[in-house]
Amino acid sequence: MAKDPVLVVLQLSGGNDYMNTVIPYSNSLYWENRPVVNIAEDKVIPLDDKVGFNPSMAPLKKYYDEGKMALIHGVGYADSPRSHFRSMDIWHTCEPNIVGTEGWLGRALREFDPNKENVVTGVSFGPSMFRAMSLPGVPVACVSGSLETYGMLPGIQGDQRLKVLERFKNAYASSVGLGPVMDYLGTTGIDSLAGADILKVAPSKYSSTVTYPASKVAQKLKGVAQVHLADLGTRIFYLDHGSFDTHASQLGEHAKLWQEVSQGVDAFFSDLREHNAADNVLLVMFTEFGRRVHDNGSGTDHGAGGVAFAIGDAVKGGQYSEFPSMKLQDLSQGDLVPNHDFRGFYTTILEDWLKLDAKPLVNGSFEKLSFVRN
Amino acid sequence: MADSHDIGLIAHLMRRAGFGASREELEMRAAKGYNATLEELLHPEENEAADQNVLLRYQPASLLPGGQPPMGNVNWMFHLVNTKRHLEEKMTLFWHHVFATGNSKVDNYDQLLEQIEMFRDKGMGNYRELLVALAKNPAMIYWLDNQENHKRAVNENWGRELLELFSMGQGNYTEKDVREASRAFTGWGIAAKIPRLPYGRFPWEFEYNAEDHDETEKEFLGHTGNFNGEDIIDIVVQQPACATFICRHLYSFFVADEPQVPSWKITPPQDPQLMAAMTRSFRESSFEMRAVLRTLFTSDSFKNARFNKIKSPAELVVSTLRMVGGADIPFPHYGEEIAMQPTYMGQDLLNPPSVEGWHTGKEWINSGSLMSRINFTAQMVGDASKPGVRFIINRVKARGTLQPEQFVDTALDLMGPLEVDEATRQELLIHAQEGGDLTWENNAVSEQRVAQLLQLIVATREYQFN
Repeated sequence: MAKDPVLVVLQLSGGNDYMNTVIPYSNSLYWENRPVVNIAEDKVIPLDDKVGFNPSMAPLKKYYDEGKMALIHGVGYADSPRSHFRSMDIWHTCEPNIVGTEGWLGRALREFDPNKENVVTGVSFGPSMFRAMSLPGVPVACVSGSLETYGMLPGIQGDQRLKVLERFKNAYASSVGLGPVMDYLGTTGIDSLAGADILKVAPSKYSSTVTYPASKVAQKLKGVAQVHLADLGTRIFYLDHGSFDTHASQLGEHAKLWQEVSQGVDAFFSDLREHNAADNVLLVMFTEFGRRVHDNGSGTDHGAGGVAFAIGDAVKGGQYSEFPSMKLQDLSQGDLVPNHDFRGFYTTILEDWLKLDAKPLVNGSFEKLSFVRN
Repeated sequence: MADSHDIGLIAHLMRRAGFGASREELEMRAAKGYNATLEELLHPEENEAADQNVLLRYQPASLLPGGQPPMGNVNWMFHLVNTKRHLEEKMTLFWHHVFATGNSKVDNYDQLLEQIEMFRDKGMGNYRELLVALAKNPAMIYWLDNQENHKRAVNENWGRELLELFSMGQGNYTEKDVREASRAFTGWGIAAKIPRLPYGRFPWEFEYNAEDHDETEKEFLGHTGNFNGEDIIDIVVQQPACATFICRHLYSFFVADEPQVPSWKITPPQDPQLMAAMTRSFRESSFEMRAVLRTLFTSDSFKNARFNKIKSPAELVVSTLRMVGGADIPFPHYGEEIAMQPTYMGQDLLNPPSVEGWHTGKEWINSGSLMSRINFTAQMVGDASKPGVRFIINRVKARGTLQPEQFVDTALDLMGPLEVDEATRQELLIHAQEGGDLTWENNAVSEQRVAQLLQLIVATREYQFN
């Protein structure tokens, strides 16, 4: 039986600097615009004669060489508001003009599990719920700490426990005339009770020779691997890392962040491969916006077009779309003009990987790319 | 007309204008009445602040906690739980929500605590003074890179957020205004930049570098002149958008949840009448927060807004600790268990996710955070050795043998008084009925029954509301 495709979204929060992630090292405009915040040419890991990876991304190079990693140039949308929350909201809801409340992946989860048969169809590893996953009536198991200690009212044990949890469940189930917030709390409580029962088996079933680094992102990826390997029917995982908001002292901070991400992702895929469980996993990475073309002497300010990545066995590796022009006359308020709409990136993932009709999920038709093998 | 001695109303005021209180304190305040309690909250100087020296005896590292948690959190948690200046501390939290500054970048809890102390000092005073202090606050300058804002290389991070997030909101200025405001703040930096290695951390202080300040003319919101930073703030506070923005934040924090800030230019305020009264107080008092707060807390809208807001993690944790007691007296390892609790529930104090602060209201709740909320509060009220829990147990005991219904209603009353939905009450009742009448023939068993009922009560949906 073919395995269901699984999506892992790693959000790079804060606005990752595109130009120092995939460096256009042979373009003189890069050096003109980045007198201070640049990566020395001999440190760049070349992908071709135009662009190369940031040296901290070394652990990811082998995925690129194997043809299992795609990078998508110039992702974004028109008229970037250059505001973190607003921009992230747009990415999460596909609503550039109004403030949306429905996450694109929340909608995808509803397609997978319209009758809420599995409350761990979506699992989020974050300090709090990501709007991309949220949709009223769609349960998402949200693990805020470690998987090991996940459970409701652990202090009440013995023969009382089942009775108390029964009272809890009934109290949360009532919904007559209590209003939307109480309803939301009710379903969240019941779903989280159910999700905890299911997820808590994952760490106990897990064993691996792979050691994950101690960074937050690596530990979250380990949790993703544990749940994936426990075969609980989870289709979408979401996690984040940051902050990529490098207005000042960028070089050191940006290098550290990418080192954590690259080592974590490498450990994750090594772990899945060890368990023969990597073939149905697609991991994608995005950020809310790229940063200004010209540096500010120490860091970079909020910009527009950015870069996204896709890694996995089903990926047709290489580069998609184009590096936007850095020529002054082609910039918009000093920023790269995106040339691939992020909803096209989503459409490729939804249609070619998750086999869903993307149009109602991303609010329209957008140009697809071919980075997923069919 | 609400009865000004109604303990339910007083409990509401203390939950919102503070972080709740023990049952004992609520009864004392109910006897004093609503207006007297409110005036005391608005004039905190007569009440004791938390005595940090007592904390330092047991947690000396919380004075200058450096760059790693949890000692910065321990320090603030000590103040949150102990200060007798309830509203002053609540306003400190309010400004931390609005002027969100985070350790993820500042990497310096020493300076973040100093910013919190500044909010404590100025948060109930004049908003213009507060903005000036904020513009000169080292943690803020570093957070929004104003030390990198130079005459010849403008960094517009602070200039933009001042307008977008700290005073007016999107749609009330142009990109050019951002640029011009940023130019006016060139040269506003921080001093004592002794390299951290190998010398360690040195306190930062504000430093104005006149040579690095752009002395040319600026055009800002229709005004033209050789503006410096304070001129920009003077122009900003006069804008009608500024009064609306600050009052809407206050309304959303103290009265009822408004949508998140990015929606404000599209969605009008839900209570235009109270908003109008508050903005009037803001203008007529020349930006005195105390005047706006008095208008807010004396309004019927506020008094009628009981249990309509989801408690933020900080509110949930601190109000539960104040109710159960025992976190007031420092002891070895003080605060290490409680200080990070809000973090586990999605509110990492002193480290908001971005300069735009936290998504609040219903967004505090997801399946993970709800579980953390329930588990922590249940652990607290289940501990019969805590003084506030003992107080409730003793009160229940004083009523003698109670039938299950009386037992449930007494517990709900002593924990708030809390209002719960009838279906919730039924489940609590079924739980109580399983043990039969509450008698005190076996003291230990009965105390355990009370504590367990309290645990089930804090696990309800209703307890999540403020």
